[in-house]
Amino acid sequence: MTENVKTNFISQAWLVLFLAICFGGLLAGVQILLGPTIEANKINETLEKVPEMVFGAAHAQELAARKQAVDVMPLSVEVEKAGKTIRYSIFEAKTEGQLAGWVAKTSGQGYADKIEMLIGFDPQVEKITGLYVLDQKETPGLGNKIVTDAWRGQFLAKSTGQALTAVKGKAKAGNEIDAITGATISSKAVTDIINTAVNDLRQPLIAKAKGK
Amino acid sequence: MADQPTPLERFIQGILPENPVFRQLLGLCPTLAVTNNMKSAVTMAGAVLFVLFCANVMTSLIRNLLKPHLRIVIFTLTIATFVTIADRFLAAYLYQMSKTLGPYIPLIIVNCIIICRCEVCASKQGVVTAGADAIGQSIGFGLALSAIAAVREILGTGMFFEIRVLPAAWPDWVIMVLPPGAFLTFGLLIGLVNWYQSIRTPQAGKSEG
Repeated sequence: MTENVKTNFISQAWLVLFLAICFGGLLAGVQILLGPTIEANKINETLEKVPEMVFGAAHAQELAARKQAVDVMPLSVEVEKAGKTIRYSIFEAKTEGQLAGWVAKTSGQGYADKIEMLIGFDPQVEKITGLYVLDQKETPGLGNKIVTDAWRGQFLAKSTGQALTAVKGKAKAGNEIDAITGATISSKAVTDIINTAVNDLRQPLIAKAKGK
Repeated sequence: MADQPTPLERFIQGILPENPVFRQLLGLCPTLAVTNNMKSAVTMAGAVLFVLFCANVMTSLIRNLLKPHLRIVIFTLTIATFVTIADRFLAAYLYQMSKTLGPYIPLIIVNCIIICRCEVCASKQGVVTAGADAIGQSIGFGLALSAIAAVREILGTGMFFEIRVLPAAWPDWVIMVLPPGAFLTFGLLIGLVNWYQSIRTPQAGKSEG
């Protein structure tokens, strides 16, 4: 009886098992073939942006045209805050052995979902040298304008001494940013993420710059 | 089994008479979700073409070995494999697009169009018919997606394939690129297709299967 059931199961399910093994092998092959490319894509997306974040788009292109290498070294910085340890991915940019600036990968809650950004700082973390949005799902047509060059450009050369605020209407003071019309929450989310990153990272990065 | 549709009939049926989106109302999740611009709509249609073609051919090849009560397991296994391959390919060679489409590529696994074609056509007919059926249905799906995406991208952003076609003075109808725009456009286009069908066949409803 049991013998019967056993052979019956095998005769019923052999095709499923056989296909599962074949397809498993096929997928493993695909992963071996494409896995490295996919990983490289993810890392490149960040690394490619580092020179622009530190030197600005125009100067970064100039450096690339002169074939002047920008050495980028990834490192991680741990910050103790409210009993929790937060890890930041930091990219250290160097030209000809000189520290040129830092790029921090950071994220925070936006209007719809997490906003993931790169922020560039000068070596002494006194100024913001670049801002790039890696990933966001803000409202199309309103909040997703945070990715536009025009809006991101406002952050260039802003001092990190004072917390940034997004204001409706026209920004007047040095630490004010024009909020996007109809997307005040997205705009505030971006300034909040920057302020948090500045607060967390200023001390550790200055210490690292001195240590070099 | 004598009056099974021929490959050519299968191919033509998929494009309009049995269009998966407008006539069968299948695969509506990607239809609504990724049609706010032409690029993602075309990529999605391409991915579905690849998956549907491979799954149909595969199912057709093993159709005589299928046990009736295990067929759905095998369909799902086959579809999931090819979807994963398509997903990895996009991540490797069209990285930005794969980020834009996000979860909707893996979700092709549960796209009813594919399991429906495996069940209706590929598990009963030969490889050539199954292949022709897959291509016909995919073209139908691609046309439907493109039709919706064209309306939404042009009205919502004034652009077509990211090239400006309407004057800069056009006030972008932001609602068209938001989810409500998908429902509005889709509803109006179904209405249009039904109206067209009804003037072509005056006794509509009777002659259609």
